[in-house]
Parts: sequence; structure tokens; C-alpha cells
Amino acid sequence: MKFIPQLVNLLAAAILLLSFAMISQRRIASLINLFALQGAALVAASVLLGYAAHNPDLYVSAALTLALKVMLIPWLLYRVIRRLNVRWDVEPLINVPTMMIVGIGLVIFAFSLALPISRLSASIAGGALGIALACVLLSFMMMITRSRAVPQVIGFLSMENGLIFAATTATNGMPMIVEFGIALDVLVGILILGVFMFQIREQFDSLDIRNLEKLKED
Amino acid sequence: MQALYFVLGVPVMGAAVLALVGHRDWARDVNVAFSLGTFVAACLMTVDVISRGPLFAWDRQFFIDPLNVFLVTLTAFVALTTAIFSRPYMRVERDHGKMTPPRLRLYHSMYQLFSFTMLLALTTNNMGILWVAMEAATLTTVLLVSVYRTAASLEAAWKYFILCGVGIALALFGTVLLHMASERILGAEGGGLLWTSLNEVKSRLDPTITTLAFAFLFIGYGTKVGLVPLHNWLPDAHAEGPTPVSAVLSGLLLNVALYAVLRCKVLTDGALHSALASQLMIAFGLLSVVVAAFFLSRQRDVKRMFAYSSIEHMGLITFAFGLGGPIATYAGLLHMTVHSLIKSAIFYAVGHACQKAGTQVMEDIRGLIKVSPTVAWGLILGSLAILGMPPFGVFASEFLILTTAMREQPWATPLLLLALAVAFASVFSKILPMVFGESSVKPLAHSPALVPVFVHLGLGLMLGLYIPPYLDMWYRQAARMLGG
Repeated sequence: MKFIPQLVNLLAAAILLLSFAMISQRRIASLINLFALQGAALVAASVLLGYAAHNPDLYVSAALTLALKVMLIPWLLYRVIRRLNVRWDVEPLINVPTMMIVGIGLVIFAFSLALPISRLSASIAGGALGIALACVLLSFMMMITRSRAVPQVIGFLSMENGLIFAATTATNGMPMIVEFGIALDVLVGILILGVFMFQIREQFDSLDIRNLEKLKED
Repeated sequence: MQALYFVLGVPVMGAAVLALVGHRDWARDVNVAFSLGTFVAACLMTVDVISRGPLFAWDRQFFIDPLNVFLVTLTAFVALTTAIFSRPYMRVERDHGKMTPPRLRLYHSMYQLFSFTMLLALTTNNMGILWVAMEAATLTTVLLVSVYRTAASLEAAWKYFILCGVGIALALFGTVLLHMASERILGAEGGGLLWTSLNEVKSRLDPTITTLAFAFLFIGYGTKVGLVPLHNWLPDAHAEGPTPVSAVLSGLLLNVALYAVLRCKVLTDGALHSALASQLMIAFGLLSVVVAAFFLSRQRDVKRMFAYSSIEHMGLITFAFGLGGPIATYAGLLHMTVHSLIKSAIFYAVGHACQKAGTQVMEDIRGLIKVSPTVAWGLILGSLAILGMPPFGVFASEFLILTTAMREQPWATPLLLLALAVAFASVFSKILPMVFGESSVKPLAHSPALVPVFVHLGLGLMLGLYIPPYLDMWYRQAARMLGG
């Protein structure tokens, strides 16, 4: 039984590494691949935890993540970037090495926040709560520093990954009905954002969010 | 109990029907009819709750108590009057070519779906579903804000989505932590996310986890309340969407988000035995009041100005709930009600004024009183009411809040008074020339819907002079439940 928590911790580390990889990646197709890979790691972690805790709810959660975050959403994003013909993100607002250092700072902050409470977790993988929080904060940073629409959306989705990971490691998963609600919100949200990207392109002739700065305080 | 199913079912049905026929001429009336149905169901449910006390439904997933029942009625009422206002408004927008049939269909369908998400958020007992409903409310309003498809409205909607998406994601993390705290006591099968179960065991929730959970929940839902410094989305979303949407954003969405914060505060207060939640709410509330008041004077767009006024008032309400105690909590609930009524009335008047002038820039709207005296009177009375002039209800609640603040947190009172004075000076000096002066506005082909404006103002006036006994009883019960 000692084996499964170790494996979950390994997957948690992989999820965190993928978050860092996403921060430094500028090629949008690779960004989508990294996001799908992060989703896959999340699915594996959920299945393992579900097996260890004999909790079939976690299998359903894993299946939802697999269908949405590993298959459907990456496929949709691929279609969007092909139709809009965007390949590279412009240089991020802060350069990559600086972001890495800030990111490490965020991870330390997340760990120090989560450490006192992760011991109290009912789940066998409670220690991974810090990693989940770190992923949320890193995705948050990614959304702030990217100026293109597609990477911002991927940041948003990756934050959702971190949250689901938090729910599976800190507790024995959310109640089924909530899981389904969250999945529905994410799916509808991504469809709306996808439509928006086409409209923004039409209006501004670019997907650079820096165009969206007309509404300033005056 | 049946009434509850209708409260939730009618708007869903409305959304489905209007998704099919929302572009027809009579869709505006269908929209009103569905909103009326929801309101009637809400009234029946209220009668039910008054006679039989709090009720549960559907395996404890839904829960109606004095706190949410009055908000349900208020929400259904404002949704109904806004639907009535939106009839002539959308007709004009269609004639101006700003609303095409597909957009009208989207607008009507999303309007009903938005009502549904608000009512779901209010009636659910499950903190997870509350989150899902708040996120769904963001999604529907994003579509409503961007309905004109102009560059500015797309920008506003994108900003709104991303900011509120991030904010609400933090609230989900807070919900996960709350679930973690309750699972330790109730076990995995104990319905650890049901608010009533949490409320029963709140004194045994782990303080460390609950502190962190409340911090996340407060930031998350606080973003949707529009508390400074998380308010950036609010003025844009109010200014760039259609005016009925501005009215429901201010009148309903902000209230419901604050309701979510209140539910979390009750649990946190029980778990911590310290004033952490109250202190956070006092600090952020006060900051919002002061910052928003100073931003008011710098606005040129009338809808942006009243959006900042909403931030100011939500700050004041948050401050009142932070003070706690029976009087301040009572005042907070009263202020929620009156703000929602008066602010939506102002938006109705502003909507008609802007349509007549063809602009939202205040300097270009002049002499409303000559062309349409009723709209002008609605605007000026509404502004006076929202600025806290007696005898309107805002005066009563602000008076109660200020007197409690003097006793509990004396240092905050001068700041509040200063902010209220600044708000008064800036709003009033901008509204007066819009109403009087040489006329620059044209009459419109369709008569405006002024009944909602004056019904709301009348109710706001009534609440300033006389609070009906059953409403008084509700407020008292809700205030007691909120720990007052």
C-alpha cells in the first residue's frame, strides 16, 4: 500500500513540472500538448487514488477529466489555432528566467501555506495539496504574463486542473453532482471563449490582448 | 415545496423556449411572461415559508430560510421589472440596428438562464452547487455583456470572464478546503458540502483550514461583489452591455455574490471564535467605499459612474455585515434591498435617456426635462435616493450603519462620511445638467417603460418610511442567523 502514495506524489511532481514547462513554452501547439499531458497526469493520479481509497467516484472524475481536458478541449484548441493561424506567442511581458524565479517563489509560498493543513487531510495523498496550490498560482501567473488570447485560456484551464487536483488530494473528491457542474461550466466556458477569439480576431485583426486596453479609467 | 420547483423550473423553460423563438416580435412579451411566472412562484414559496418555516427539498440539496427567501423574492421581482423595462428598450435597439434577430434570441434566452443561475445560487444548500451557479452566472452574463459585438463590449466581456474566472477559481479552492475541514468530522458520506450540515458542526471545524478557506472564498466571491481592488471588471461590464443587463448586474448579481460571502462568514465565525471574517469585511468594505467614491468624480460615461456607485454601495453593505451585531446586520440587509431596487430604477431611467441622446457621455446629454419629464424625474429622484437623501430607504440604512460604526469602529466614521459627501457632490453635479439646461435629446418612437422606474422608487421610498411587519420579521430572523 505504500507504493500508491509514492506514485501519486511522483505524478504530483510531474504536474508541477508541466506547469513550469507551460510557463516557458512559447510555441502554442506545444503548449496545448503540455496541457493535455498535465490532464493525463491528473487522470492517472485520480485513478490511483480512487483505487487506493476504494472510491468509485474518483473514477468518474478521472473519466470526466480524460474526456474533457485530455481529449475534447485540446482538440478544440488545435482547431482554433489552425483556423486562426496562430503558432507562436509573442514575447511574454516578463522574460522567462525571471518568471522561473518568481514561480519558485510562488511554489515556496504555496508549500508554506499548505503545510500546516495538509497533515490534517483525510486522503492518503494530502501532502500533494501544496503542489495543487502551487499549480493554481503558477497558472495564475501565466495568465497575467501572456498577452495572447490562446495562452491565457490555457492558463485558465491549467488552473482548473490544479483545482481538481486539490479536490482529489485534499478530500476524497467532490460530490458527483458538483463534479459534473464544474465540468459543464468549464466546457461551456471554453466554447464561449473560443467564439470570442474569432470575434476578437474579426474586430482587432489580431489575438493580442494588448489591443484590449481601450477601456481605461479617465 | 412545489413552488420551489417552479421557481427554478420556469426560468429554465423560459430559456429553452426563448432559445427557439427569442427573435420574434412577441418574444419580449414571452420574456416578461416567464419572469412573471417565476415571480409568482417565488411569492407562493414565500407564503409557504412564512407559514411553515424553513424548508428542505430534494434530499436536503435545497434549503430555504429567512436569509435567502427574501433575496429570492427580490431577485424574482427585479428580474420581472427589468424584463418589462427591456421590452421597449430592446425594440429601440432593434430599430437602431444594434440588435439583430440572432442577438435578440441570445439575449432573451440568456436573460432567463441568468435568472435561473441567480435563483439556483440562492436556494441551493450545497456549497459546491453554489459555486457552479456563480460560475454559470458569469458565463451567461459574459454573453449578455458582449451581445453588441463591438470592440469595446468584447473587451469588457473578455476582461470580465478572465478576472471573474480567476476570482471564482479561488473560491473553488476555498470550497475544496471547506470540504476537507468538514470531511474530518462528517466523513466522506456525511454530505460535507451541505451548508446546513456544515452549520451544525461549525464549532468543530478545524480553525487553520477554515481560516485559509475563508480567505480564498472571500477573495473569490469578493471579486464578483466588486470589492476594491478586485473591481476592475465591473465598470466595463456595466458600461458596455445593454442597459437591462447593467440593471440586473447591479441589482441581482452583486447581491447574490455577497450572499455567498455571508454564508461563508457564518461558518467561519462559528469555527474561529475570532473576528477574522469581520475584520476582513470591514477593511475591504471601507476600502471599496472610499476608492469608489473618488473614482465617481472622474467618470464621463453615465453607466460607468453608476457602476462605481454600485461598488461604493456594495462596499458599504460589506462593511455593515463586517460590523456585525443586530442593528448593523439589519441595516446591511435593508441596504441590499433598497440598493437593488433604486439602482435598477436608475439604470432604467439612464437607459432611456441614453437611447434618446444616442450617447452615454454625460456632457452630451442635456435638458432631459424638456423632452421627457418623466425620465428626467426618474433620474433625479433615483440619484437623490441612491445618494442617501431622506426619506428614501438608503438614508435609513446608511443612518443605521453610520451610527453603529460610530459606536463600534469610531475611526471609520469620518472616512465613510467623507466618501458619502464626495459621492454626493460628484454624482449630483453631473446629473443636474443632464436634467436641466438646453435640450440636446430627441424624442423616441416608442414610449419608454416608466412603470418599473417609479414602482422601484416608490418601494425605496416606502422602505425609508415604513417597513412592513413581515419584512421586518424576516430581516430580524436573518440578522439573528448571521450572528447578530
